Amino acid sequence: MSSFDTFEPVLLEAAGIDDGHTIESYRSRGGYAPLEKLLSEKQPPEVVEMVKSSGLRGRGGAGFMTGLKWTFLPKDHPGPIYLCVNADESEPGTFNNRILMEDDPHQVLEGTIISAYATRASTAYIYLRYEYPKSWDILQKAIDEAYAAGFLGENIKGSGFSLDIYLHRGAAAYICGEETGLIESLEGKRAWPRIKPPFPAIEGVFRKPTVVNNIETMACVAQIARRGVDWFRSIGIPADPNNPRDPGSYGPKLYCLSGHVEKPGCYEAPLGITARELIDRFGGGVWKGRQAKAVIPGGISMGLMTEDELDTPLDFAGPGTVGCLGLGTAAVVVVDETVSIVDFLHNSCRFFAHESCGQCTPCREGTSWSLRMLERIRAGKGRLRDLDLLAEIGDTMGMMPGSTICGLADGAAWPIKNSIAKFRDEFEDYIKQTNPTGYMETDPVPALPIVTTH
Amino acid sequence: MIANRKVLTEDMLARIEALASRYPTKQALTLPALHVVHDELRHVPLDAVVEIAELLDLAPAEVQDTLTFYQFFYQEKPHGKVRAFVCRSISCALRGGEQVLEHLCEKAGIKPGETTADGHITIEPAECLGACDFAPCMLAGNDLHKDLTPEKADVFLESVGRQDG
Ligand SMILES: Cc1cc2nc3c(=O)[nH]c(=O)nc-3n(C[C@H](O)[C@H](O)[C@H](O)COP(=O)(O)O)c2cc1C
Ligand code: SF4
Ligand code: FES
Repeated sequence: MSSFDTFEPVLLEAAGIDDGHTIESYRSRGGYAPLEKLLSEKQPPEVVEMVKSSGLRGRGGAGFMTGLKWTFLPKDHPGPIYLCVNADESEPGTFNNRILMEDDPHQVLEGTIISAYATRASTAYIYLRYEYPKSWDILQKAIDEAYAAGFLGENIKGSGFSLDIYLHRGAAAYICGEETGLIESLEGKRAWPRIKPPFPAIEGVFRKPTVVNNIETMACVAQIARRGVDWFRSIGIPADPNNPRDPGSYGPKLYCLSGHVEKPGCYEAPLGITARELIDRFGGGVWKGRQAKAVIPGGISMGLMTEDELDTPLDFAGPGTVGCLGLGTAAVVVVDETVSIVDFLHNSCRFFAHESCGQCTPCREGTSWSLRMLERIRAGKGRLRDLDLLAEIGDTMGMMPGSTICGLADGAAWPIKNSIAKFRDEFEDYIKQTNPTGYMETDPVPALPIVTTH
Repeated sequence: MIANRKVLTEDMLARIEALASRYPTKQALTLPALHVVHDELRHVPLDAVVEIAELLDLAPAEVQDTLTFYQFFYQEKPHGKVRAFVCRSISCALRGGEQVLEHLCEKAGIKPGETTADGHITIEPAECLGACDFAPCMLAGNDLHKDLTPEKADVFLESVGRQDG
């Protein structure tokens, strides 16, 4: 594909450069000059317009239009308005935010400062997961450098705009990545996601208008300011002209490739590369010369693609066309042919049972019972009927069926639904083989104690 | 001022108070305060909860509510001098993460989630550490241990002084 041959990584431009994380390095590559120019030449609404017209969609999982989200903030609000940068990054398979923060923290900061200017936020909190101590140190040092260079603090470069950025440390809970869970956590409470509306733009952290954006989204904003809207829109998959509701998938994307590939890593490509191209061009192929059995397209919440579906473009629209939840975090996890689908689903169910915040009954019970059933199946006491029960759990918990407050439950449901729909024969064979006398049982059976949740 | 202060040291108070200007509410200092205590004592005893509550004008139950939500914080007793999080999520599991966890625990003579009797190390299963490019991996203190094997796990255990035999 020719567009890949001419593609130059920009988000990862600092990778491999010595001291790429320092402010000197970032400035020598053209960084912070766009911020200065923009502060002196553009009013905040013009910056919002720039991001809106770039077509940038949030990189944190939901793919919401970034510029559009910013326009939901109330006009002429007396303030304060807050910007929360989401660095909770806990979706299994995902590590691109870590790489951005460690390799090029000033790119993230410049994007954050521009976004705060556009949204008139006076304080930005970067909510950083506990497990990233190195990112913490590097970011904090970068923040100190940015203050010293006058890019943060009072009256930045004489523009009259003032901004403080603070790091806030999480405590190892996946749900703190959900934007209103993040907000509750930042307020010092348990991270129970809020019922929406009101959306954060109207009433967010400390009951003030708030924008929540992902770290990679911030890096994209910095690059749009530097290279322009046309550059951004020249990359990726344009909006489908026959579908007025398709906003397209523009710009570069960081794909995280892990699992059974020869060369796991974070690779930058135009939105719309296929999983097969990623695995072959960047990943050195499936490891040990094996075949892929299934591939997660964007973090475990997104479900599974089969080997036959690997030519699906990984843009915002692609994974949905093969029954996956979406592009998610674009974290591609390769599962080779030797892996049992039962073990795969058990791992997924265990994750969600552990991470459900427990607020909504369908999610709390659905995640924990699906794990119990998988444990029973693995213990050789599975029944064919369990597959229907699991599918029923998958169909009924989540925001889409309208039974839960946040999307964690949809993410828990999708691997269940996809695994059973796409690998039902394997489940049936496993159950028949491991439980030859009981697989036809339909009466209720006692639960086994959970041995592996916590 | 905290009447009857038993756990929070002057230094801890100073570190918490230095963060106060960052947030418009005192309650937002809950997590930072819990971290300050936990970093130092490797647990947050109930007395510290009461003292943090007093400092932040909260009911102790509010601080305790937050603390218990995050399974991260120890309360009854401290975790080991080293706290090792071994990833068991999908990318690591596909590359032998669970075997590494089992191996480590067996060598250390404990079950996942437990601390050795001498208090040297706590080994916990963890969900994705955001380092799947180095699967299977483990975070011990501030150190990320990459591409683990049973052999590397042994070297690690030896370094924390817990290798049997
Ligand atoms: C259970 C759950 C976990 C999430 N975790 C993250 C996360 O770790 N990082 C992130 O940026 N977004 C996460 N999100 C999405 C956020 O709610 C939100 O959409 C995003 O931070 C918005 O930023 P963006 O528009 O720049 O993508 C999560 C959503 C859900 C439902
Ligand atoms: S869906 Fe699950 S994680 Fe989300 S609020 Fe409800 S119980 Fe909590
Ligand atoms: S799955 Fe282990 S670090 Fe991501």
